[in-house]
Amino acid sequence: MEEKLEYTPGPVIRKTGQLYDNPEKEVEKIKLTIDCREVTADKGMSVLEAARLAGIEIPSLCYLRHINETGSCRVCLVEVEVKGTKTLQASCVYPATAGLVVHTTSPRVRRVRKTMVELLLSDHHRECTTCIRNLNCELQNVADSLGIRNLKYTGEMKALQVQNDNPYIVRDYNKCIKCRRCEAICSKVQEINVYSALYRNYDTIIAPAFGQDLSRVACIACGQCVLACPTGSITEKECIESVWEALEDPDKYVVVQTAPSIQVTLGEEFGFPAGSVVTGKLAAALRRLGFDRVFATDFTADLAVMEEAHELLERLEGRGKLPLLTSCCPGWVKFAEHFYPEYLDNLSTCKSPHEMFGALTKTYIARKEGIDPEKIVVVAIMPCTAKKFEAARPEMGTGEFKDVDWVLTTRELARMIRQADISFPDLQEEEYDSPMGTASGAGAIFGSTGGVLEAAVRTACHLTTGKEADLPDYEELRGFSGLKEAEVLLKDRKLKVAIAHGTGNARVLLERLRAGETFHFVEIMACPGGCVGGGGQPIYGSRERKEVSLDYRHNRADALGRIDAAKTLRRSHENPDVLRLYKEFLGQPLGEVSRNLLHTCYTPRGKLPGFQFGGIKGSHAGHALDNMPDT
Amino acid sequence: MIIKSIEDLKEVKEKYEPLIKQRLGHRNGLGLTQILVCSGTACHSSESREVRLELEQELARRGLEEQTRVVKTGCFGFCEYGPIVMVHPGEIFYCQVRPGDVRELVEKHLIGGQVLERLLYHNDSTGKRTQTIEDIHFFQAQRRIVLRNCGVINPEEIGEYIARDGYFALADVVLHKNREEVIEMIKKSGLRGRGGAGFPTGRKWELTAAQDIRPKYVVCNADEGDPGAFMDRSILEGDPHSVLEAMTVAGYCIGANQGFIYVRAEYPIAVERLELAIEQAREAGLLGKGLFGTDFDFDLSLRFGAGAFVCGEETALLHSVMGQRGEPRPRPPYPAQEGLWGKPTLINNVETFANITVVLREGWEWYQGQGTSTSKGSKVFSLAGKIYNTGLIEVPMGTTLRTIIFDIGGGIPGNRQFKAVQTGGPSGGCIPAKYLDLPIDYESLKETGSMMGSGGMIVMDEGDCMVDIARFYLEFSQDESCGRCTPCRVGTKRLLEILIRITEGQGEMEDLEMLEELSYDIRDASLCGLGQTAPNPVLSTLRYFRNEYVTHVRDKRCPAGVCKALLHYTVDEEKCIACGLCAKACAAQAITGAPKQPYRIDPEKCTRCAACVAKCPRQAIQKGIRKDVADLGGEAGIYAGAGDTENRATL
Ligand SMILES: Cc1cc2nc3c(=O)[nH]c(=O)nc-3n(C[C@H](O)[C@H](O)[C@H](O)COP(=O)(O)O)c2cc1C
Ligand code: SF4
Ligand code: SF4
Ligand code: SF4
Ligand code: FES
Repeated sequence: MEEKLEYTPGPVIRKTGQLYDNPEKEVEKIKLTIDCREVTADKGMSVLEAARLAGIEIPSLCYLRHINETGSCRVCLVEVEVKGTKTLQASCVYPATAGLVVHTTSPRVRRVRKTMVELLLSDHHRECTTCIRNLNCELQNVADSLGIRNLKYTGEMKALQVQNDNPYIVRDYNKCIKCRRCEAICSKVQEINVYSALYRNYDTIIAPAFGQDLSRVACIACGQCVLACPTGSITEKECIESVWEALEDPDKYVVVQTAPSIQVTLGEEFGFPAGSVVTGKLAAALRRLGFDRVFATDFTADLAVMEEAHELLERLEGRGKLPLLTSCCPGWVKFAEHFYPEYLDNLSTCKSPHEMFGALTKTYIARKEGIDPEKIVVVAIMPCTAKKFEAARPEMGTGEFKDVDWVLTTRELARMIRQADISFPDLQEEEYDSPMGTASGAGAIFGSTGGVLEAAVRTACHLTTGKEADLPDYEELRGFSGLKEAEVLLKDRKLKVAIAHGTGNARVLLERLRAGETFHFVEIMACPGGCVGGGGQPIYGSRERKEVSLDYRHNRADALGRIDAAKTLRRSHENPDVLRLYKEFLGQPLGEVSRNLLHTCYTPRGKLPGFQFGGIKGSHAGHALDNMPDT
Repeated sequence: MIIKSIEDLKEVKEKYEPLIKQRLGHRNGLGLTQILVCSGTACHSSESREVRLELEQELARRGLEEQTRVVKTGCFGFCEYGPIVMVHPGEIFYCQVRPGDVRELVEKHLIGGQVLERLLYHNDSTGKRTQTIEDIHFFQAQRRIVLRNCGVINPEEIGEYIARDGYFALADVVLHKNREEVIEMIKKSGLRGRGGAGFPTGRKWELTAAQDIRPKYVVCNADEGDPGAFMDRSILEGDPHSVLEAMTVAGYCIGANQGFIYVRAEYPIAVERLELAIEQAREAGLLGKGLFGTDFDFDLSLRFGAGAFVCGEETALLHSVMGQRGEPRPRPPYPAQEGLWGKPTLINNVETFANITVVLREGWEWYQGQGTSTSKGSKVFSLAGKIYNTGLIEVPMGTTLRTIIFDIGGGIPGNRQFKAVQTGGPSGGCIPAKYLDLPIDYESLKETGSMMGSGGMIVMDEGDCMVDIARFYLEFSQDESCGRCTPCRVGTKRLLEILIRITEGQGEMEDLEMLEELSYDIRDASLCGLGQTAPNPVLSTLRYFRNEYVTHVRDKRCPAGVCKALLHYTVDEEKCIACGLCAKACAAQAITGAPKQPYRIDPEKCTRCAACVAKCPRQAIQKGIRKDVADLGGEAGIYAGAGDTENRATL
């Protein structure tokens, strides 16, 4: 029988909040005049888009293309001439129409824009030098571009307690400019609806229900709001200091692992264009920082593929529920725990690769290298804030040890590199350490949507047929539409597989499951684009690169694809180190040691997991909260 | 009965007409006495319900139920003198009738056949009492066009509305006219929206009708959030069917089959009447499926607002109707393009709809003959403030402020000077005396820096501080800001802070410029009408009463004696009898004294509560403005009238 892996692309579903333009669409062109120049734009574009297309920069704050187009901040005001009268209009929501005359820098425009930013600053804890977003803050940028030197209007400022009762995201309401980008991305793209405007007037805050900490609402910790926030109001919870402490402690043996996507995103923090591959420099930087061992999570990604592929086959044989849902994305896992607990049995029991890595480091590596596991500190460089949550889960430990001690986001690593005065671009490329540094291409593409499923299918195919199948390109599986499905031939069985990224799309898929559709294997990643779009990845808020859309995720994913394509080793089950690991330590996939170390279980969490009275404390916490009892 | 034709309507009309005619002054020998009791919100809160129940009981006790009928009506507008009771025939107009007056009223008027003098309207300036409504000045200069049914019909009886030619226009439209024709009529009538902006209503209908998307919706904006305004409430309470009829016509014209009335939940009587009216209209086949036997369906339901001012803004209202946070959004797209659930939606104000029935009944030619060149028809205002006759009035567009304030309103009580009139609610401005003879319409009000708004009108006299007024309105606007856009959320806060500074004597001259600049920026940059108009009270008072600002800032003085921080209380030594009552009354313990010596008030401790003023048997405590302090020169500097140095030493 001819063994061939096939796929047929399924229908592409577009949803609101979709991040990417549909390039096939033919659009009508129109001409309008901006700053005395005739420019061409697509019909239906906003004046702001039309201007940017023509290379005319208009400052903006609340605008996030396709996600938040609400005209709230009023920073993008331009003068629009209609029938001889000039009015100020928010260019981000004002439609560009044929023949429109627009002035983007008239004295009136500049004056009012300046006032808007001054007003925002008058209600902003301006502590740039100690702010996590210093030099990468859209507000700071706009203020600088407008040349604001002193604030004409000052007055009462809010003084709200900083909320950080959770291991992943810190919320400082005093730096919020109410652009509502967090609310938009959370409700329109992720469809979790954590944030909404509470109270009104000057007291307005953009917050979870009743001003609760994120840990007490059904937040999945994906960190998309962190990416969307133009200021330092929503940020990751940093643990750089703890990592420094470990590094400085001579008794500790500090092992670092980097997630597959870090090598294609870290460069952005040091001026490389999006999509640059900096694997070698990354390894070098980590050594400079003083890590004792520099490993790649790609390795355990390969391992996870082995486990998961076996799990798939096991379930196809009738042991366990179908479809098998991937479990490598902790944001998605948390999402399922909150919103779809009935599918928890469908989740693969595999821990996510970095947790597997931690577990192995403190057992396999410790034994192999003769180090007391007590002295080992595992640091994971992750694209993700949900990984911080995951690392703190009580399930994620082996014996008395936490699998992973500290999770640093890509951004935090960049900060450490800067703190150590390492000139990243000048670093010589270095190799990862062995044994947990080698990875197949399959491990690399874990970092973008579709990668996990593709990797597992590659391996499952080998397992069932015993032969190495050709390596067709799985473009269709990987691409960027939010939800895709395909049929894959596995031996003589046709499998229906699906891929969703962004939990908004996940919801659609799960609702289809609920409605009774059959799938066999489903990959879900919480962040749009997968880990390359993770909540821990570089944020573009500087003058040179301001975030008005999240399109750059494409480039990052392409880079992972290139890494995969360039590898000779493209299937997880070919990874010699993985095979050795099974031989030396684990025995076999899904064997007893594996089950103990590499697998986990899940907890239903409910939709309002921990309401507490008196959400936010501090002055101006809204009228309603004033009377609430403290707990 | 299900009404299918004009004949059916006529039949109903015939049945109820005699009753109505008598109320309009026809002596048609009904052999029936009708007692109209106002049951609008204002009269209701001054116990008109109790009066009505008492009347019914008293009539029963006297065996008069047969030949007398007690009728609920909507608001007469003369709320200051409520509860209003009117007796027909005779059109005898009784004011401020208490439940305790009922027995006497029945005895004297109904049995004795004599007018009960003491309950008639008493004109304070002429000292005369007037018997009928026509003789009361308040009503003489008015033209009740939109309010024609208020105070005449029983709003809870659809038959009475029909007897006033109600639903005839709808029948005519649905049976005999096409939608273009009707829209053309509305356009030609020149009717403009009464909700504030004055957008031509016909154009709005045309725009909505032109949309190709179905379904479409009709929405009536009955949010009426301006503090002190109650025009819309009165229409809904007194003549709900006029709104229902007009909305149905609108549905026919734009191609909608469903309408919503967005009414504030704080209007329980209006809500009740609307619910009843909708029910009665449905029973009569005037709402629902297949109106007048055609294939045109139209139904209505109510949606309740929680009382946020911004929810009156049309896009915020739409969000609220759809169950979202009541926040405005940028326009375009306008509701006519994308409204409820993304579908074309026509939004008009209550009074606008009430005008539609007028246009259809009287004809566009008649209608466009009323009012001024740019603003047609009449306008309902709610009069309040320092004025004799507060209440609800209706005047033709183009009436002067003087007519409204001094004729209808009866002028300013207490021989005080007129200072300004505030129109347009929190979005409007203060118009000074020099514009008293200005014929008012949308344009002229705008030119003065104010606006028509929905029709609130508050009269101010010399005892009002214009800086304080500006602060008051700004406090309202800031409080009601939805918090979405920067200029309104933060800008009005900063503006308010500057005003507070000035009223507290902390202002500086630069503040005045800042006020102005920031006001313009907020006006230009805000997302919705709330923010765009919020600075109006500041700008207009700065424009007309700049001196007052300057006095507050430079002299630390509030000429009107309103701004507390700039006031001080002093004891007039001559008058003081050293009884010590003031010191006992003072909660702040700011007053000290000794026997036989004049008492004194320590301005540092004084909280300006004026408790002492009320307690002093000799009226020896005076309210002073800081000027006196300044006049004392360097020598005293602490407070005026405090006696000599020796006295002070004894304190
Ligand atoms: C802050 C704000 C409050 C408003 N409140 C009301 C209101 O209470 N009632 C009303 O009819 N229109 C109100 N409007 C005007 C509406 O937005 C809208 O223009 C009106 O309902 C249109 O009806 P019209 O064309 O019949 O005037 C308000 C506008 C703003 C900006
Ligand atoms: S958020 Fe931006 S403007 Fe605010 S303190 Fe931080 S860096 Fe400065
Ligand atoms: S937290 Fe950030 S993204 Fe959210 S509204 Fe505030 S400034 Fe905007
Ligand atoms: S102007 Fe005020 S009420 Fe209107 S959108 Fe802005 S903040 Fe909200
Ligand atoms: S209003 Fe356009 S960017 Fe905020």
